[in-house]
Amino acid sequence: MELLQYFLDNLELLGTLTLEHISLVGVAVGIATLTGVPIGIAITKNERIAKTVLYIASIIVTIPSIALFGIMIPILSIIGHGIGYLPAVIAVLLYSQLPIIRNTYTAINNVDPALREAARGVGMSQNQRLRMVEIPLAVPVIMAGVRTAVVLNIGVMAIAAYIGAGGLGTLISRGISQSDPRQLILGAVAVSVLAIIVDYALLALQKRLTPKGMERAAAAT
Amino acid sequence: MIRLDNLTKVFDTPKGAVTAADHISMEVPSGEICILLGPSGCGKTTTLKMINRIIRPTSGKVFINGEDTTSLDTQDLRRNIGYVIQQIGLFPNMTIEENITVVPKLLGWDKARYRERAREMMHMIALEPDAFLKRYPSELSGGQQQRIGVARALAADPPVMLMDEPFGAIDPINRAVIQDEFLKMQQDLKKTIMFVSHDIDEAIKMGDRIAIFRAGKLVQYSEPDELLAAPKNDFVESFLGEDRALKRLNLVKVRDLASEEIGLVRPDDTLDTALQRIESYGYVNSIVMVNHKRQPVGIITAAVARTTQGHCRDHYQSVPVVVSLDDDLRKVASLMFAHDMTWVPCVDDDGRIVGQVTQRAITHHLGSRYRAHSKEDDGAALGEASPSSATKE
Ligand SMILES: Nc1ncnc2c1ncn2[C@@H]1O[C@H](COP(=O)(O)OP(=O)(O)OP(=O)(O)O)[C@@H](O)[C@H]1O
Ligand SMILES: [Mg+2]
Repeated sequence: MELLQYFLDNLELLGTLTLEHISLVGVAVGIATLTGVPIGIAITKNERIAKTVLYIASIIVTIPSIALFGIMIPILSIIGHGIGYLPAVIAVLLYSQLPIIRNTYTAINNVDPALREAARGVGMSQNQRLRMVEIPLAVPVIMAGVRTAVVLNIGVMAIAAYIGAGGLGTLISRGISQSDPRQLILGAVAVSVLAIIVDYALLALQKRLTPKGMERAAAAT
Repeated sequence: MIRLDNLTKVFDTPKGAVTAADHISMEVPSGEICILLGPSGCGKTTTLKMINRIIRPTSGKVFINGEDTTSLDTQDLRRNIGYVIQQIGLFPNMTIEENITVVPKLLGWDKARYRERAREMMHMIALEPDAFLKRYPSELSGGQQQRIGVARALAADPPVMLMDEPFGAIDPINRAVIQDEFLKMQQDLKKTIMFVSHDIDEAIKMGDRIAIFRAGKLVQYSEPDELLAAPKNDFVESFLGEDRALKRLNLVKVRDLASEEIGLVRPDDTLDTALQRIESYGYVNSIVMVNHKRQPVGIITAAVARTTQGHCRDHYQSVPVVVSLDDDLRKVASLMFAHDMTWVPCVDDDGRIVGQVTQRAITHHLGSRYRAHSKEDDGAALGEASPSSATKE
């Protein structure tokens, strides 16, 4: 009851922090998509490079976020951004690479060789093949990677409050330092609910972006 | 015209070099269908794919209409060659219309023209444009997809077509229908076609020429009748099967061996006359009665003619079995067996009797080619194993 009252009293703050959270993750994953998809496509050309890139991306994911923030403080201090917005976005950007690159790489690689041959046979150039056949067919799997990245990083971003990036993590960190369970619980619940809602929203988007003729095939998988 | 000049492909595999195509030289005249035929792994697909450079030749050249294709831009080359791949390969993210118009679009046709072309293609392959153009490949049956695959290859009206087992994925009944439709289209379109098959009956039906492959080598390249009549060696002979003589029946038309000589009676002739003619022409059972236009109206059986007096007009039975000049001998032979006849009358387009085909003429026709063949190289023939021992191996 007390918690509900607290929730209602702080609705405005909650709204502001949620928007901040979404924009941090949105910007970071957005940039990550713009870099990860081309990288994922590029590495389909060479298996050895692909293995190396995917290996590096998975190592990055194993670095605990607190440690990553710690590493970035001295480096980014050089340009005066040791803490705050920039390191938070960079961390999310790095964590997002693995799901996005891996899904793009897998999806493009898994395009039916017969379709690839048909595309060559009708006289498409390499770019036309990508644009007209391979990427449209890969979109559902690429989108699934973006979803994973977003959900994963909504959690990571909560920790970024410790380096002053803002977002819903602020409630959690304040709750801990002020021994205020109401703030702590509200922050934690808000982060989880946000992750679930965004996941569903992106799933809907993924369905919209799936080429029409593939809906049946996509539903089967 | 397609000409292959010592076309060779060697694949480097972990287990060593595999020669998939070994100095293949052949020529397909413009407007003809050439079937590449042979057992699995003999290099048919490899040879075909070197023509549109899906596979890069190790050595040798491909000429299309006299032009060396190595000097052409690969994409231009492919846009001017219709290609039907074995796995159909329709793009699942595109509608049927988008699939069919993909090459015209790449060639930069304007929208009105390629949309019109899509409708034209649908009529050609006997599918209703309004019902299908906006659908996706996953919503079509296998046979319908295969037709769309052919339509896609034909859409930009390329002079040359490559087809890799284009009707392989269809059940036998529908396959026969699509084959017939395709042959009918080809009569108007006159494309130069390389067509891979491993079905001998399909090869004989579709091919103007047949190229038999074995282990990367072109073993024999002949017209179907020549191939069946004179297989070059034991391999070809056993590959064609022991019923190859019967297969030839498909290829010969009534027109080719009908004789004009035929015994007939008129309604006014007496049954005595009928009996005499039955005997003098060597017809065992019956003779055909025709009207004043020489159209058959019935038959007089020998039994009736022998036991009855009177005129033919009062004693004829049922309409006789007839064949037309464009029927093939397989149909003729089948009718002869079914009706226990040693001859059948043949009629022209107006239904007038113009001659007859006899069982003897058929056996003689099939046999003469074999005799001619075995005389050519009788020395070799003696040394070679007989067909029966070849199949036992
Ligand atoms: N990419 C490749 N790498 C290595 N070997 C290959 C490759 N493609 C084909 N081959 C080999 O070349 C030979 C000829 O293959 P090809 O596909 O031309 O046969 P095919 O006559 O089309 O057979 P099928 O009737 O089974 O389709 C086979 O021995 C095959 O294993
Ligand atoms: Mg093949």
